[in-house]
Amino acid sequence: MDIVFQRPESMTGEQMHYCPGCTHGIIHRLVGEAIDDLDIREQTIGIASVGCSVFAYDYFNCDMQQASHGRAPAVATGIKRVLPDKMVFAYQGDGDLASIGMAEIVHAAARSENITVIFVNNAIYGMTSGQMAPTTLIGQKTTTTPRGRTVSEAGYPIKMCELLATLDGVTYLERVSSHDAKHILQAKRAIKKAFEIQQGGKGFAMVEVLSTCSVNWGMTPIESMDWLADNMIPYYPLGVFKDVSVEEGV
Amino acid sequence: MARKLMRGNDALAEAAILAGCKAFFGYPITPQNEIPAYMADQLPLRGGVYLQAESEVSAINMVYGAAGAGARVMTSSSSPGISLKQEGISYIAAAELPCVIVNVMRCGPGLGGIHPSQGDYFQAVKGGGHGDYKLIVLAPGSVQEMADLTILAFDLADKWRNPVMILADGILGQMMEPVVFEEDLKINQVEKPWATTGAIGRKPNIINTLDIVPESLEQKNIALLTKYDEIRKQEVRWQEIHTEDADLILVAYGTSARVARSAMEEARKKGLKVGLFRPISLYPFPEGEISRLASSKTEFLTIEMSSGQMVEDVRLAVNGKCPVHFTNRLGGMVPTVEDILEKIEEIYEGSDH
Amino acid sequence: MSEIIVAGFGGQGVLLLGQLIAYGGMLEDKEVTWFPAYGPEQRGGTCNCSVVVSKEEIGSPVVSKPTSVIAMNTPSIERFENDIVPHGLLVYNSSLSEIKSDRSDLRIIAVPANEIADKLGSSRVANMVLLGAFIEATGIVESTSIEASLKIVISERNHHLIPLNMQALKEGRAYQ
Ligand SMILES: Cc1ncc(C[n+]2csc(CCOP(=O)(O)OP(=O)(O)O)c2C)c(N)n1
Repeated sequence: MDIVFQRPESMTGEQMHYCPGCTHGIIHRLVGEAIDDLDIREQTIGIASVGCSVFAYDYFNCDMQQASHGRAPAVATGIKRVLPDKMVFAYQGDGDLASIGMAEIVHAAARSENITVIFVNNAIYGMTSGQMAPTTLIGQKTTTTPRGRTVSEAGYPIKMCELLATLDGVTYLERVSSHDAKHILQAKRAIKKAFEIQQGGKGFAMVEVLSTCSVNWGMTPIESMDWLADNMIPYYPLGVFKDVSVEEGV
Repeated sequence: MARKLMRGNDALAEAAILAGCKAFFGYPITPQNEIPAYMADQLPLRGGVYLQAESEVSAINMVYGAAGAGARVMTSSSSPGISLKQEGISYIAAAELPCVIVNVMRCGPGLGGIHPSQGDYFQAVKGGGHGDYKLIVLAPGSVQEMADLTILAFDLADKWRNPVMILADGILGQMMEPVVFEEDLKINQVEKPWATTGAIGRKPNIINTLDIVPESLEQKNIALLTKYDEIRKQEVRWQEIHTEDADLILVAYGTSARVARSAMEEARKKGLKVGLFRPISLYPFPEGEISRLASSKTEFLTIEMSSGQMVEDVRLAVNGKCPVHFTNRLGGMVPTVEDILEKIEEIYEGSDH
Repeated sequence: MSEIIVAGFGGQGVLLLGQLIAYGGMLEDKEVTWFPAYGPEQRGGTCNCSVVVSKEEIGSPVVSKPTSVIAMNTPSIERFENDIVPHGLLVYNSSLSEIKSDRSDLRIIAVPANEIADKLGSSRVANMVLLGAFIEATGIVESTSIEASLKIVISERNHHLIPLNMQALKEGRAYQ
């Protein structure tokens, strides 16, 4: 009999604490599968950031560090610089990466740090129960935009892939989604590629995964998947924003 | 006046608006999230500005700017975020800018947990950031005081041109109690001729903390110390219950003081002459008052949700005149009435050494 | 002084139940505190709050030795039963929990709150049924004060639900 569904070796099997309708668990699994596929579990050091995924160190079956809020790329840099032959990934939410940690991610990218970043964009702060994130859409209601996010007060949502694509240091940027099976397969390919780029010593790679937060969006799990497809994807188009991994000399 | 049942965080936010707070900058962190949510909802409707900063580092520097521009301004956070703000707080103290900083303490160190703690006492009262400076630190003990001390904080900040910190904890932030707001609260508007509001018809104002001439910086340091001495003379606040006849005085602030109060009442029922001394201003610390109570006939028991921070100041104040005992809980645990009673009984039995 | 712990699953209206007692007490000019156990584990998991109602100023808002526990599920009974003061009160939801108590000293009131609520047309008012049984047993607040509190706690657009809540409260009071 073929085994069709099995826990990746790179996952601990620890019961995850995520709320119903949240796709952090799926994205963890994709990362675990990529690590398995490339057979790098023992070479990998992961960094859990501060956000709902803070307990990622319990879920990944590899070495893990837990960074303070926003500083995961700096911690990753520190690790990678002293252990250049190891595989280092940071797993960050949108508040962590695009708000408090904007400086760290931009500079890690500009330095072309040879690390892999998994950036989970759920358009809200999950952990602290539903405040505006830098990626919250215009009009979206959160506890700190009670009448909906307005441009005049809070400016525009940040498109991280587009922004980082302007940096020469960046090797690979792709935005994917986690709302249905077809997109999850594509997300898996992208995450694996981001690790392969690091393996080939080719520099900074980031995959932005659009994700859901049913509880803080105030929706059922099914409604949230639809909301992601109908509202987030039009603003955050999917696709490859930069890929110089195949160019010669890189 | 009608009593309203409010959460501590909400009462604090409402009080800030009533006190004329015109700008709020923050970054989400539990257990203070109700404060930014309240501000985001109310401030724009009541003539103020709410902005969610991209980090606490950014938030405190926005406070610097707004305070320098003469506005009544506030930021709030909880322990890890307050650590991040320390550099900015040092600059604000150096530039002598009035502002209110709220710390709804949670347990640490590091990311720690989100449950209540009093582990940031040293950071709050001894400096926290670099250089020689002091904050005025107020410690509310009820939801009513979350409101009242916030209003006071804005006045003290303007009066002394000094940052004022409200040092609360997760319980005071999350609990609900009846609260009364004074109707038609009079806002003490202070002239701020030093503020950078545009040099129309006057010489430019400069808000700065750099001074590379030691002789001149020393004079500024001395001026700050003189100001702090004056604050220590004028702004000491505390509460005493049953200290007149007490042979054991509990010393506690904030949530610990609430539990201590219950323990004191239980002890009194058992015929033990226990009193309570509750510092309300942690800086300036009521050292003179504690010293006055210390004699060969009393002992002290300090209760904290920390590994033992304020107890050092109690010991300095007591200065060896009598024993100072200590009991605590850590990691987000709150001492129970029974914990404290047990300690009290140990002291009376003479078995706490 | 009454020191109460209300506990159950997230979503059962545990925090609201506690708040209604606090509001009710306040409206009767008593001193009150309400404190929720907070944190991410509360989502979907277990949930509880401490309520103190007193004629005098209240010390600790965190209840460690409750005079009464209102438990909406079995884990809550297991967790808090042994903390109740001698001869204290346990009101529990017998629709969702069974009890094998070793505490013969306790006054125990089993209320099939979900069944009663379902008969009224909404299992969501099970908390009000338990509250009814609790105020009947303790006399801690008047049901008129609960009604006044509901008007404050429930947002305006849901005020049409107040009669249903009051009906549930009444059924709870009648159930002994
Ligand atoms: C210095 C500091 N500030 C604030 C916090 C509180 N905090 C914890 S998680 C978080 C936001 C996380 O949001 P995001 O990165 O979008 O991840 P999500 O929870 O949505 O997965 C914040 C503000 C903290 N831990 N440290």
